[in-house]
Amino acid sequence: MTERPLSPHLQIYKWQITMALSILHRATGVALSIGLFVMTWWLMAAAMGPEAYQNFRDIASSPLGLIVLAGWSFALFFHTCSGIRHIVMDMGKLFTIPEIYKGGYTVIIAAVVLTLAFWIAVVGA
Amino acid sequence: MGAPLVKSKKFGLKHPLARARGLGSAHEGLHHWISQRVTAVLLLPLTVWLCWSMVGIAHMDHATFVAWLSQPWNTILMVLTVGTMFYHAVLGNQVVIEDYIHTEGLMIAKMLAMRFVYLIAGIACIYAILKVAL
Ligand code: HEM
Repeated sequence: MTERPLSPHLQIYKWQITMALSILHRATGVALSIGLFVMTWWLMAAAMGPEAYQNFRDIASSPLGLIVLAGWSFALFFHTCSGIRHIVMDMGKLFTIPEIYKGGYTVIIAAVVLTLAFWIAVVGA
Repeated sequence: MGAPLVKSKKFGLKHPLARARGLGSAHEGLHHWISQRVTAVLLLPLTVWLCWSMVGIAHMDHATFVAWLSQPWNTILMVLTVGTMFYHAVLGNQVVIEDYIHTEGLMIAKMLAMRFVYLIAGIACIYAILKVAL
């Protein structure tokens, strides 16, 4: 079909943390946006009264509900840490190759640690 | 500031910024870019506050949650958090749609649908907060 030369396609590139983080920032941003509808459901349930609210709580604390909430909380922590890195880099900082790698791994580790800390706090409270 | 005035046939004697403003396919890209970052910076403390509060909220029944949300600062911060999140989300989703949808008619349709849906959900959230709190 295509006679002209094409640039190498996605699967030919070696995976690197830079592209993984870039994609994850977008993916978590979109996931968080969809999660805003769960937030709407939660607040509307509170506005509708005790029964609706208890119904929401039951669903939220079911296994599936907890998986969704755990995913959303990880997305939020990752996107927030990654967002801080975005803003720092917008200011022209952290642009050497070692800093880019260090910053990238820091974002991932911080997101995992914050997610664990959050759920430990929730369970312990 | 210190930018030199450029004299050219096409633009005459104009400040370089004045020549650059309004160009680009969106005509408003810089404003969007800045808004995305301003909302992100606002969201930073608000997200910390929300996660902090969520640790307690997770265990509250309806009556306790209503009492919590009725505290003036909690009402105010909740409205602010929700409003900023929705605004930031709409700005972000706009970029995603612009990147992946290339047919102009379809893009405008998706953009309007996305904004409409988030507007409704955002208003529902703020309505719900105020109804519970006031
Ligand atoms: C519920 C909360 C949030 C939602 C729904 C959300 C959603 C999004 C979406 C959809 C994008 C567009 C992604 C893209 O263009 O690839 C985005 C971008 C961005 N977000 Fe968020 N976000 C949230 C919270 C935050 C927080 C707390 C920060 C704090 C630093 C943040 C920082 C950023 C930044 C800096 C960008 C721009 C990235 C770029 O231009 O590539 N976001 N967000």
